Amino acid sequence: MFNAVLDKIQHLGAATLHSFARLGRASRFLLDVISGCASLFVRPGLLIKQLYSVGVQTLIIVVVAGLFVGMVMSLQSYYALVDFGAEDSVGVMVALSLLRELGPVVTALLFAGRAGSALTAEIGLMKATEQLSGMEMMAVNPMQRVVAPRFLAGVISMPLLATIFSAVGILGGYIVAVEMLGLDSGAYWSQAQNKVDLHMDIYNGMIKSLVFGVVATWIAVFEGYDCIPTSEGLGQATTRTVVLSSLAILFLDFVLTALMFSK
Amino acid sequence: MTSRKIEILVGLFVAAAIAAFFMLAMSVSNLSSYGAGENYELKARFDNIGGLKVRSPVSAGGVRIGRVTDIQYNSDTYEAIVSMAIEEQYDKFPVDTAASILTSGLLGEQFVGFEPGAEEEYLKAGDVIDLTQSALVLEQIIGQFLYSQADDEEE
Repeated sequence: MFNAVLDKIQHLGAATLHSFARLGRASRFLLDVISGCASLFVRPGLLIKQLYSVGVQTLIIVVVAGLFVGMVMSLQSYYALVDFGAEDSVGVMVALSLLRELGPVVTALLFAGRAGSALTAEIGLMKATEQLSGMEMMAVNPMQRVVAPRFLAGVISMPLLATIFSAVGILGGYIVAVEMLGLDSGAYWSQAQNKVDLHMDIYNGMIKSLVFGVVATWIAVFEGYDCIPTSEGLGQATTRTVVLSSLAILFLDFVLTALMFSK
Repeated sequence: MTSRKIEILVGLFVAAAIAAFFMLAMSVSNLSSYGAGENYELKARFDNIGGLKVRSPVSAGGVRIGRVTDIQYNSDTYEAIVSMAIEEQYDKFPVDTAASILTSGLLGEQFVGFEPGAEEEYLKAGDVIDLTQSALVLEQIIGQFLYSQADDEEE
């Protein structure tokens, strides 16, 4: 009986120590990656290639999702507001919720699913097939050659994708509100212009998406680099990337919103 | 895929993001109302500002001419001091201009409305508007109405 309790406590302790060790490895890994980014000034080609596979290939899903999120937002806020005769405020509602919350968060979640999982699988497979060790043998630093361009590409892509998401979403909202529901197009834009602040709303949204970009890409490349090099371990690492980065994004969104928009 | 093609696509991606940013900045945000040029500051003293906030519009004749930049409370005179940034092009307000706090619609946001006076002299940067009318507080009006109803019934 006593031993069984002791075993449980030991499990708890081991799990805690394990997760702290992992966090420590991840932090050192991040420092290595950031210092590895410097070498990309010498070889910008590597970065461009990753910008393509991380950013450009995520663009389609982001544009489509942004369009529909904006259209749905517009439709639903119209039904809620029309009872109060305030349907002119649809533009503000769509613009503010996209710029402040939905743009950065939904883009980051889509990014974690589309690009983050691919990054983990790619780096994990390189590790499993010992390509990373092979590089080290040839005196090529895999941090500089493999991880840093992917990390930097993710960090750069995220704010760009989130901006495109918000812009497309607002246009989608415009299509529904003005073309389908017959709202005045001047009211849609001017109400938004009255309420949306360049610094407060647009810049803060971009800061948010930059933070999400760092965190989501960091988790993705670390999970790949740190995975157990078997097919099972690779699968687990990919799943963990999506779950962990989604949770981290939602949690950080709350923290950042509380810091930025509460007075 | 050749590296030229990839570079073109990445270039298009970045260009699309920059275009999206400019679209947001120009047609969605209030940048266009910042950019118009220099501002000058006017102050006004109110007994009660109601729901006026920093960044609320300032308008004259229904046209927006500036924004509220700061709201402070003066505990010596028991008045609220509202600072406003007015666009430089609207610099011909007579010194007896009246400022009142109005509401757009029944429940809309509140703004400062200017009612130009007839003096020959114009307001300069840093001047204080003394002719002011406080915000109508709906609760007070309803309260007064209810009291007057009750008084009528007693008689």
